Amino acid sequence: MKLTLNVWRQKDARDPGRFVTYQAPDISPEMSFLEMLDVVNERLIAKGEEPIAFDHDCREGICGQCGVVINGSPHGPRRRTTSCQLHMRTFQDGDTLTLEPFRADAFPVVKDLIIDRSAFDRIIASGGFISATIGGAQDANSLPVPKENADLAMDAAACIGCGACVAACPNASAMLFTAAKVSQLGLLPQGQPERMDRVRKMVAQMDAEGFGSCTNHGECEAVCPKGIPLGNIARLNRDYLRATLSWGRRLPGAAGGGPG
Amino acid sequence: MDLRSSIPDGPLEKKWDRHRFEMKLVNPANKRKFTVIVVGSGLAGAGAAASLGELGYNVKSFCYQDSPRRAHSIAAQGGINASKNYRNDGDSVYRLFYDTVKGGDFRSREGNVYRLAQVSGNIIDQCVALGVPFAREYGGLLDNRSFGGAQVSRTFYARGQTGQQLLLGAYQALERQVGAGKVEMFTRHEMQDLIVIDGHARGIVTRDLVTGEVRSHVADAVCLATGGYGNVFYLATYAKGCNATAIWRAYKKGAAFGNPCFTQIHPTCIPVTGDYQSKLTLMSESLRNDGRIWVPKKPADTRPPGDVPDAERDYYLERMYPSFGNLAPRDIASRAAKRVCDEGRGVGPGGKGVYLDFADAIQRLGRKSIEEKYGNLFEMYNRITDEDPYTVPMRIYPAMHYTMGGLWVDYNLMSTLPGLHVLGEANFSDHGANRLGASALMQGLADGYFIIPYTIGNYLASNKHGAVSADHPAVKDAEKAVAQRTQRLMDVRGTHSPTHFHRELGKVMWEHCGMARTEAGLKKALQRIPELRETFWNDVKVVGSGESLNQSLELAGRVADFLELGELMCLDALERRESCGGHFREEFQTPEGEALRDDEHFCHVAAWEYTGDGKKPTRNVEPLNFENVHLSVRSYK
Repeated sequence: MKLTLNVWRQKDARDPGRFVTYQAPDISPEMSFLEMLDVVNERLIAKGEEPIAFDHDCREGICGQCGVVINGSPHGPRRRTTSCQLHMRTFQDGDTLTLEPFRADAFPVVKDLIIDRSAFDRIIASGGFISATIGGAQDANSLPVPKENADLAMDAAACIGCGACVAACPNASAMLFTAAKVSQLGLLPQGQPERMDRVRKMVAQMDAEGFGSCTNHGECEAVCPKGIPLGNIARLNRDYLRATLSWGRRLPGAAGGGPG
Repeated sequence: MDLRSSIPDGPLEKKWDRHRFEMKLVNPANKRKFTVIVVGSGLAGAGAAASLGELGYNVKSFCYQDSPRRAHSIAAQGGINASKNYRNDGDSVYRLFYDTVKGGDFRSREGNVYRLAQVSGNIIDQCVALGVPFAREYGGLLDNRSFGGAQVSRTFYARGQTGQQLLLGAYQALERQVGAGKVEMFTRHEMQDLIVIDGHARGIVTRDLVTGEVRSHVADAVCLATGGYGNVFYLATYAKGCNATAIWRAYKKGAAFGNPCFTQIHPTCIPVTGDYQSKLTLMSESLRNDGRIWVPKKPADTRPPGDVPDAERDYYLERMYPSFGNLAPRDIASRAAKRVCDEGRGVGPGGKGVYLDFADAIQRLGRKSIEEKYGNLFEMYNRITDEDPYTVPMRIYPAMHYTMGGLWVDYNLMSTLPGLHVLGEANFSDHGANRLGASALMQGLADGYFIIPYTIGNYLASNKHGAVSADHPAVKDAEKAVAQRTQRLMDVRGTHSPTHFHRELGKVMWEHCGMARTEAGLKKALQRIPELRETFWNDVKVVGSGESLNQSLELAGRVADFLELGELMCLDALERRESCGGHFREEFQTPEGEALRDDEHFCHVAAWEYTGDGKKPTRNVEPLNFENVHLSVRSYK
């Protein structure tokens, strides 16, 4: 295959950046998209030019570190597929691909296609956990969880934190990411004691990071490589409403009991 | 070299309790006076950083990725073992211990393995408390499945993403401590050297991968949880960034390297397709519970799999190992696959593949049930190969997957360099010469959550050091050495990229130090690797600058270390004149082609000691004593 690539090149966070066009001949359809970039980079190095910087690590669709906007779509045209799992057979010989980083104010560009997603870590640090100090846990089977809830929690927990949801959202909202964690922990009995506190803190942090609000476009779910369902956002909204109404007082109705 | 394992006396089941009582404690009010560095943020590293932060220590945690949640523990699919006996099928701490010692082909320490089995149940309890959504049954209790090398169902799992869920649990516990100000997190930082002062590990030198800044961090103790070194083979199931730099620099500063040749080749990976290939993808071992492995009986049979009648198929694992069948341990299943392919009976392009067939299971259980169990794995296979495993059997082939070897540690997880602790896959300790499925996650979390929090306290309470200033000559020297090395790599200005050398090294390692090893082959590799290393230092081409984000420079530094480590692995494989577990020397096999151990001469750990560049390292020996499980020939027939 022969491809034309328009690639976003940006030296560092201060550089305004620009598109540069590269020709990519002799690409095998069996290559993964990142292997195609490897080949292009090897050719650039041979010419003494700086290779295109892009993030990646596991290359099996689970670590969440890769992420390129390909022709306007985060992670490219194939549904439920990360950039690293996308294969070149998805494209046609002669195609032109425009490659950009995931764009959002809260995700500043570090270099070329690499962005800074540390805002996601700070959202988790604000409350995306269960405070179970290591060593003090009871027997695992003493807390039965209905299979349905366990499955829904797992559906939400499958999020890989890649940020495609933010890149696809016209508001650059991080709702799907935040809601997936709020939902997972809120569906489990272990997560009840901190449930209301958690949603308040995580939403506050999300706002502080400069992510936009959710206006139900649903683009996030459409591009999510793990298919995290939009229903998680509804769960977050329900919890958030309850948590804000109960601000500063105990919440008698909180599922599973415990203070709000 | 002092290779005392520090395993306490007394009966096996009392050793850890006794040790915990005998170890010194750090007063709660004094813990905040100590700083501990943790490098790596996988199960062992994130687990350790979170636990130590909770205890009150000041922790500095480092990872090379953009977030600690990316560490490669995340890619583990199948599950985690624990001797809960929830299935009522005869499991116990002793049975998990026994299976692990036997599975490791009698090359691990009894005391360590018993402790691992003892804490395995606590790990499950802790993970559930942290909100890990393990698979459950309709009654709400935890589900289990069986895994290679065991005849009980003791593996807990979260769909095909167990590693991800366990890691996210540990990551969240870690971020909670970051939020509480007890852990300072450094992402996109790579450890480049270890700072040793008066014979004790006192800090590390890092390179900020975004700005290129070289900086030192001092502490009272250092923990390395940087994972395995399988990327020395270039093609492996590891993440692209996984590297040996941290443990290699520690080795060169005096930490012994244990059993470097003990590597695990995983039997069920997607076969290689072309030269551009950058990594190999694992298909979870759990698939062997329902998939049947076969090749055609006739060599060079090019018929599509559906056209080969049952009578003309060789279900070779079921034939050779009737009691374990498709669930034979990884080393045995891998070698069997190699053998049938070497006989010309392999399938797919190049003949390097065997079928993993689900047709019987789909007929027996229905497609829906298979989808529920393995849906995400089937999807992944389809994305990579463009084939539908529900209708066409998967093609699989063994690939480099895990390293049992690593830095030598004692019972306290401390290396031969006082103050330097090594956790998880980075150490050599618990898996002997072959790791059983679902044991890596168990060991990572055991080390991080339940062992290091105790043993590091004992070290800190027993070794009172003064503060080290950032101007200490040892600190300045280490910083200078790192900066010089970076400059040296930039200055070569050769003609070939770091990837070129990495790939070449990988070919040498796979051919001569892979699934089957011979004296002649290893000697050839020991000649070839130093040549390749010399070419590298005269011909590598790194573009860009050292003062900014430069992925080609990062890779060059890692490849330079692999080019040294690969040689040590071959040397260790050459000197270990026996076959055991994943280490198969063709000269030492039974008439049936099974591994032939030599307990008289090699029932020991080889701990290699660095003696200077260009000099042969010293091979020290820690004898292994088996007081509970008697040395026997491992049989899975």
